[in-house]
Amino acid sequence: MKKKRKSISYAKWGYIFILPFFICFFIFSLIPLVDTIRYSFYEYYRSGIKEIGPTFIGLENYISLLDSDMLKYAGNTLILWVIGFIPQIVIALLLANWFTDIRLKIHGKQFFKVVIYLPNLIMASAFAMLFFAMFSTNGPINSILMSLGWTSEPIDFLGSVLGTRSLVGLMNFLMWFGNTTIMLMAAIMGISQDIFEACELDGCTSVKRFFYITLPLIRPILAYTLITSIIGGLQMFDVPQILTNGQGNPDRTSMTLIMFLNSHLKSRNYGMAGALSVYLFIVSAILCFFVYRMTNGTDDNGAKAAKRRAKAEKRGR
Amino acid sequence: MKKRVVAVLLAAVTAAGLLAGCGGNGGSGEGGGSETTEEGKVINIYSWNDEFRTRLEAVYPEVESTSDDGTVTTLKDGTEIHWIINPNQDGVYQQKLDEALLAQADAAPDDKVDIFLSETDYVFKYTDADADVAMPLEDLGIDPETDLADQYEFTKTTASDQNGVQRGSTWQCCPGLLVYRRDIAKDVFGTDDPTAVGEKVKDWDTLKTTAGELKAKGYYTFASYADTFRLYGNSIDEPWVATGDTVIKVNQKIMDWINDSKEWLDEGYFDKTVKGQWNDDWNKAMSSSSKVFAFLLPAWGIDFTLNPNWDGGDGAWAVTNPPQEYNWGGSYIHACTGTDNPEHVKDIILSLTADKDNLMKISKDYLDFTNTVSGMQEAAQSDEFASDFLGGQNPYEYFAPVAENIEIAPLSSYDQGCVELIQNAFSDYFQGKVDYDRAKSNFETAIKERYPDITEIQWPE
Repeated sequence: MKKKRKSISYAKWGYIFILPFFICFFIFSLIPLVDTIRYSFYEYYRSGIKEIGPTFIGLENYISLLDSDMLKYAGNTLILWVIGFIPQIVIALLLANWFTDIRLKIHGKQFFKVVIYLPNLIMASAFAMLFFAMFSTNGPINSILMSLGWTSEPIDFLGSVLGTRSLVGLMNFLMWFGNTTIMLMAAIMGISQDIFEACELDGCTSVKRFFYITLPLIRPILAYTLITSIIGGLQMFDVPQILTNGQGNPDRTSMTLIMFLNSHLKSRNYGMAGALSVYLFIVSAILCFFVYRMTNGTDDNGAKAAKRRAKAEKRGR
Repeated sequence: MKKRVVAVLLAAVTAAGLLAGCGGNGGSGEGGGSETTEEGKVINIYSWNDEFRTRLEAVYPEVESTSDDGTVTTLKDGTEIHWIINPNQDGVYQQKLDEALLAQADAAPDDKVDIFLSETDYVFKYTDADADVAMPLEDLGIDPETDLADQYEFTKTTASDQNGVQRGSTWQCCPGLLVYRRDIAKDVFGTDDPTAVGEKVKDWDTLKTTAGELKAKGYYTFASYADTFRLYGNSIDEPWVATGDTVIKVNQKIMDWINDSKEWLDEGYFDKTVKGQWNDDWNKAMSSSSKVFAFLLPAWGIDFTLNPNWDGGDGAWAVTNPPQEYNWGGSYIHACTGTDNPEHVKDIILSLTADKDNLMKISKDYLDFTNTVSGMQEAAQSDEFASDFLGGQNPYEYFAPVAENIEIAPLSSYDQGCVELIQNAFSDYFQGKVDYDRAKSNFETAIKERYPDITEIQWPE
């Protein structure tokens, strides 16, 4: 009995091999995480080089955050994310659909895949610097517009709310649409070709095929894209930070939540920054929960509905 | 079961060993060096670039050699200077320095910070008597009254704490001038003579009339409202925050800057496409295609900012007196409390900031305006100090009197944030994006974020 057991206990090697990850996670993620939450109940910052605190103050940090402009910055973050995400998902779906369509026979597919992914390889801050230089009032974009005679006065892109927000959106779109395209292509290629052939034999147009076959079948990946994009959007930082010099100009309208967090960290205000992080954590948790439930729930319903529809059709025939 | 426990333990020990190994490497180098009575073997100097190192190598007589990567300088008696350089951008330097200072008491003698540098913008953070991280010079055996008698008075005030105890010393001082384009001066005033132009810009009222003349010919007086800020900001008569207080009192001089800047911008005396300094638009305003007449710059500004951005030949620019005396920049040397090399530190400070011959050498070789009153007066008379870039004009002739007349504003440890954030907040107002009250409240929000201990912001009537 004993011998038999010994001979099959290979499982321990599995544990041993994954141990380094758990140790690293514990030291570099879990402890800081717990500390963040703990400090959010403390008054703890630095004034000059004098350390103030930590003294326990209960929920005071949370309350004073609600009094501040936090909700306004949450709104800014959401707007900036939406401006980038909508074109991103539309273009990505379109491109993914074209690239996977065997009838279109696009040449140099591999080349385009690389090209659209390239902006993602540039560091976000470098990309923001580039845009900052290009769209400055005396920058090349204004020179081009003026020499074409489209405007007589240089346009102050970064001085207007619309201009700054659109630029941030545009940058996020450019950086991420390639990534999304490739992910969606993988999803579409995962659909059995039989289904596409079958629908074509039935006389399906490509628009109908997209809406009734491709889209429902890639829903899990779409949900994944949405979740990661929301989380990425909540953490939006480097692009607006560099583009507006960390000030969220004009009038703090492009100040995101993480930029707000960062300005607390300038004074090492661990208490306030911790409280803000906890808020962010709760918001992302709720969002994730909703999206997860939505996709999982509707998936079931969708499958059931499809079955019902199929039955009805059969009966109808 | 037992085996598994052993395996887990082994793995844990391996991992712990690995981590411990990582931590150990960065620590102390060779030699215990625990003789507290004698001088330590290592002098640690915190700085943000190699400016101080090059000056030290050039004039400190005890220097033997510096390693190729510039991190270690060996002195003739075998003591090593370790240079710990962190960039100034985004407050990285201050962060690293603060960490080191907080750990100072527990650090091994050879790991202790011995000397650190600070800039005028945040010097008070470190000279603060309550913080007590920079040693009073008297404790080192330097008497500011006699040893530093030839230094400019305002540099001594800047490096002193709230009780007037001097806790730092500098080799450079940065009086600012008005640097103008000769061709524009000729076009508008009919002359490019520094004395005549100086008369046109001698105070704010005269300068405003002059700005009107420049405008009529299609020129801007200055590039942006940020250019004039230091002149106003340096002349405030009360600190931003009084010692021990948590209330920011915005000075009337700052309000003057806000009102004047708005007026000047609306009148078209500034180039409205240039927003602030240190950006591409500002750099372009220094090129030959720009319509900007003048900049307000100290010695380093002319050599490191204007010169590289100017695309024409030498002699196109000239300097004259500014509408108001001001200082811009300056690096202070501090002896760190707890240093194990007080004798070396004293020697370095005296050699670099009180030795006139050394200072004159720095002025000649590195174009710094150095901290010696008599030396700079000599430089003002001497042809050796004429600048090629300024077409043979000797800028010291104008720098020296400005330096003597600077009255430095009283400092507080909140200065850096206040100065930076008020310019940012009102930038929107100048460009007409927000109204006056909105700009005020934006400043209040931003400053409370930066300094959580600030409770109130008072604006003058």
